[in-house]
Amino acid sequence: MVSRTTDDYERMAMAGCVAICEPAFWAGFDRASAQGFYDYFRQITEYEPKRAAKFGIEHYCWLCINPKEAEDLKLAEEVIGLIPEFLQKPGVLGIGEIGLNKNSRNELAIFERHLQVAQDHGQLVLVHTPHLEDKLKGTRLIVDALKGFSGIDPGRVIIDHVEEHTIDHVLDAGFWAGITLYPESKCTPHRAIDMLEQRQAERIWMNSACDWGVSDPLAVPKTMRAMVQRGWDAAAVERVVWENPKAFMGQNPRFTVA
Amino acid sequence: MSLSWQSPQPVNLVDLGFMDARSKLIDLAAFLDRVQRAGQEGDFRVKALKEAIGCLDGADPGRAREVLLRFSDLTTEPIERATVQGAVGAVAI
Repeated sequence: MVSRTTDDYERMAMAGCVAICEPAFWAGFDRASAQGFYDYFRQITEYEPKRAAKFGIEHYCWLCINPKEAEDLKLAEEVIGLIPEFLQKPGVLGIGEIGLNKNSRNELAIFERHLQVAQDHGQLVLVHTPHLEDKLKGTRLIVDALKGFSGIDPGRVIIDHVEEHTIDHVLDAGFWAGITLYPESKCTPHRAIDMLEQRQAERIWMNSACDWGVSDPLAVPKTMRAMVQRGWDAAAVERVVWENPKAFMGQNPRFTVA
Repeated sequence: MSLSWQSPQPVNLVDLGFMDARSKLIDLAAFLDRVQRAGQEGDFRVKALKEAIGCLDGADPGRAREVLLRFSDLTTEPIERATVQGAVGAVAI
């Protein structure tokens, strides 16, 4: 939400949103130093929760260096070294969104470094999968890498931005799957509902992309309306947008939304 | 997860989605016309799009997956180094 205006918080609150989780992500440009990340981690663990609280929204976050910045291995190692200091902050849910972007060897190495931190500190993991033509290959590499960490329970990992050609790889391996709703290039509400119906909504959550591009913080509420149009009853909608995220994030005792 | 799945009540999905699908199909046709008039139909992305359109003729309800696969990098080994950060939507042939 650091990329969004306060008006977005107000709109989300009015739409019934009571909690959000914000992954650490790319700034729209490569940060110049680890100190820049230190300040960013302070922003999303200290300031952003206060901004959300003004609208009655609980703010949670995930920490990492985004795979887009993984080619600078020295910087990435320095940033990963900062993360443990922040893991005890009240709203921190785990490590994320880590993963791959262009499926390079350096990205994979930094992904595995993050997984080691998650394993060592018993953290939940939120994984970003690459976009567009890179998604299938990246998802396969990510699932293979995760299988190398025996100390990480697949039920404590959510692999995000799944689409029709990747969702089965993720769910069949025991991981949670995230469907990201986006006005351009990712998933639309009706495609998301198709996937939810095909997989009977198990171990799946939906999220609204809220980044620097064209994105819509109300994408989840809009999809809820589409679910009702498609014959979903209120309990089934609630399961996807409320019970499922609570079940996953509630594995971290810091997640206290009742 | 103990919550049981209950299938949605049947609704008329054609009523719900036909006009939107029709509009997107016409947009796609107009796009192909536009790039052809401009002499840009040789672009690898346009070629990938035309190839993916063939998946719509399939008999099984897995068309979206098949279309996505047509646009995907099907190699399995990591690349040595990322030299760009963005994706373009299709694999350059």
